[in-house]
Amino acid sequence: MAVARRGVHRARWLKLQVFRYAVLGLAALFFLVPIYAMLEFSTRSNSGGRTLEFWQSIFTYPDLINWNFGPAPDAAINASLELALITSVVMLVLLVPTMVWVRLKLPRLSRFIEFVCLLPLTIPAIVLVVGLFPIYIWMGTNFSDSILTLSLAYVVLVLPYCYRALDAGLGAIDVKTLTEAARSLGASWASVMWRVIVPNISNAILNALLLSVALVLGEYTIANNLLYNNMQVELVHLARANAGVSIAVAVASLFFAFILLIAISFVGNRPRRALPEAVTTFGKGPVQGSAG
Amino acid sequence: MSDRSGVEVRLENLVRRYGPVTALDGLSLTMAPGELVALLGPSGCGKTTALRLLAGLEQADEGRVIVGGSDVTDLPTNRRNIGMVFQAYSLFPHMVAWENVAFGLQMRHVDTAKRKKRALDMLELVGLGRFANRYANQMSGGQQQRVALARALAIQPQVLLLDEPLSALDAKVRSRLRDEIRRVQLEVGITTLFVTHDQEEALAIADRVGVMQAGKLEQLGPPTLVYSRPATPFVADFVGLTNRIPGEVKNGGVEVRGTQLPLVQQGVPVGPAIALVRPEAVTIAGNGDGQSGPLVGTVIAVAFLGAISRVTVDLGDMTVLAQLPTAAASDHPAGTRVRLALRPDPVLVQREETASVGA
Repeated sequence: MAVARRGVHRARWLKLQVFRYAVLGLAALFFLVPIYAMLEFSTRSNSGGRTLEFWQSIFTYPDLINWNFGPAPDAAINASLELALITSVVMLVLLVPTMVWVRLKLPRLSRFIEFVCLLPLTIPAIVLVVGLFPIYIWMGTNFSDSILTLSLAYVVLVLPYCYRALDAGLGAIDVKTLTEAARSLGASWASVMWRVIVPNISNAILNALLLSVALVLGEYTIANNLLYNNMQVELVHLARANAGVSIAVAVASLFFAFILLIAISFVGNRPRRALPEAVTTFGKGPVQGSAG
Repeated sequence: MSDRSGVEVRLENLVRRYGPVTALDGLSLTMAPGELVALLGPSGCGKTTALRLLAGLEQADEGRVIVGGSDVTDLPTNRRNIGMVFQAYSLFPHMVAWENVAFGLQMRHVDTAKRKKRALDMLELVGLGRFANRYANQMSGGQQQRVALARALAIQPQVLLLDEPLSALDAKVRSRLRDEIRRVQLEVGITTLFVTHDQEEALAIADRVGVMQAGKLEQLGPPTLVYSRPATPFVADFVGLTNRIPGEVKNGGVEVRGTQLPLVQQGVPVGPAIALVRPEAVTIAGNGDGQSGPLVGTVIAVAFLGAISRVTVDLGDMTVLAQLPTAAASDHPAGTRVRLALRPDPVLVQREETASVGA
């Protein structure tokens, strides 16, 4: 009887394994075939062999990349990277304290804040552009016409995704009790944020950062319609002039996103500091027993 | 171990309103240096609000908070030098136990070596020296609350506030930790406010117990006094079990089912009233077979509580609880007829109620 039951269990387990690997294989094909095709295309030479000419051109092609990282980037990749950085920082500085404050002091506003943050999801990018256009004309005349001003629009764009990531992180900890405990121990509000809240939502912050960077690096509609040249806009221009370089840049930006993702996941899961002494052999989860 | 003697704490006429609800209605309380006062009351009575006002986590609408002679009413929490243990587990999850305990010292810019030593000393004080390198999720609830206690004491606060720190723990751990809190409090000599809704906890741990209702302090006194001489019917009802037996006030006492009992209150007008009689003041005088009388009835249930048992007796028109040693109770299983007697302890009477319901 028991042997028969074990057999049924094993057959079920095998079926499940086959299903899992089949799904994994299909998903991998779905993602990898286009990347492989792009890689193949971007390394194909006219003579029929392989060449890295297009890849090397990324660094020499005009308006694509240079080492002038600063307040007035004059190359598309530089601009996109700087925009990603500024957008992520502004988003975090705006969103994290606001969300913590709303949870602590204004819980009645949480629904409203959520609604406002998720609103950009429901507005098509082109509609956003129509709304932003007069603002950018005014800014270009009175303030600055630098491509970095796009970060204002991008902060709005990334808001829904980052809000969700941070909300999940804050929901996983008891913000009120931790804050009150830290305050009662003498922590200022800045210390509460920096030493208590941020370390406990670090994974959520990393997720929000990743989403923000990925969105900004892949953004085309707003930049193109506001007449700015970011990486995606430049890629489209390039595709018309030199398809090989355009595909090489596209694959490179994909790899950049992968590396970023892996790096962020490593940072998020880095091992805890080595314990300096004694107790090091406990398992995960609450320890039962000598409570009291 | 005592680092400093406690300070006097005064809450003066504290009022706190939440919209139309008055959570605290003119609370005044003075705690002597080194004293442990327990605030006891049902949910929503204002006890936690009082503690949070003392901690500075909320602002009073009226009144003052004086700690060690200084008015701290307008000081923010982080500048009050108050240690607090919360009902919810509040250890910082990203820090090990000793780092948690050292957090308050870090905020006070104590150098690393000193704060680590102090943190380890405090963990030893609560019996968790071996657990210094554990994270919160590697400790049981009881251990976490002990670390939280060590953390609260590490900053050498002027006042220790305990906001139902035992309510999330199971019964056995709760009673052990309760004793441990009292031991540490006496050892450190710190003035402590303990908020709880568990009367047993309050009576067991406190120098004085304050019973609160609807934002007001109904009675404040030593546990024995609060239990044996409740100042109001609410206190009598809330602290311990009480039989509500109809009787008649006359001759300076109250006659309850043929027995004359002395009164706690003075100057109660003559007439019908409800006497609040403790179950331990009700004894079984003997077998009631074939007898009748106001205190003769049938045992309908016997609850075994260890050394004592609680016997429910149906007197026909009401039920009465009697609390007696288990050995005595075992002679009267459910279904037997018994004759009750009332010990002549002073009782409170209540005039407004007429219902004749048992405890």
